[in-house]
Amino acid sequence: MAQEESVDLKLDHHNKDGIEIVDVEGEIDVYTAPRLRELLIDLVNNGHYQLVVNMEKVEFLDSTGLGVLVGGLKRVRAHDGSLDLVCTQERILKIFRITGLTKVFGIHDTVDEAIAHRKSEK
Amino acid sequence: MATVEVTFTPLAAHVRTARLVATAVARRSGVAESLMDEVRLAVGEACSRAVEAHARQCPDEPVRVALSSREGRFEIEVINTGNASAAGLGPVPKPADGNLMPPGFALAVIAGLADDVQISETDTGTSVKMSWPLSGSLAAGSPA
Repeated sequence: MAQEESVDLKLDHHNKDGIEIVDVEGEIDVYTAPRLRELLIDLVNNGHYQLVVNMEKVEFLDSTGLGVLVGGLKRVRAHDGSLDLVCTQERILKIFRITGLTKVFGIHDTVDEAIAHRKSEK
Repeated sequence: MATVEVTFTPLAAHVRTARLVATAVARRSGVAESLMDEVRLAVGEACSRAVEAHARQCPDEPVRVALSSREGRFEIEVINTGNASAAGLGPVPKPADGNLMPPGFALAVIAGLADDVQISETDTGTSVKMSWPLSGSLAAGSPA
């Protein structure tokens, strides 16, 4: 398990059932998004192509953060991988709806649900 | 005259401060709590876009944010310096940090969030004006 901390964003990741779970807490914006981007790139470079980003503790997400998630999805798909999201917060889901990205990402209510969905797709 | 005016050096770290100030003034002015997430996100998008434009063109010039309430509406204006093609409405080159969203994406998000949006070129740059209705007694004309 690895952990990174800063004032506005806390990142953590661990493996569960062969899928790398990325826990994100705080605000993903133009300032903090590069750190999430670096983590996703590191995970892919280390051979983790099945990712679930848990956004249940994300308080803010802007278009820069969306760009980072789309970038992560693009990278894992290049290896036939997947990037699913866990989010039930209306304030975060709204930006996915406005931008039409609900059709691009699998968005689940819990990490277990995301893992079960991914296993069923295999 | 704006109720509150904020200028900040065009650094990404200051966008959060602008968001916090904007939501505090919006709340004080009488914007409904149900609209606060939209205000926060829209002003963040406009400021992020302005910071990117300044970083490319004029890193020594501050970004200006004016917050005011008049005629039953709360208005936020984010003004960036620089010509329209590089900092305003024209095509924006892909940032070096790898942001994959297309040019104009932030403006599209703002348009989806704010109740009313006006984007215009000024003598020195670009202005993004966004507004939301006020509610309660403050909407009747009491100063914020």
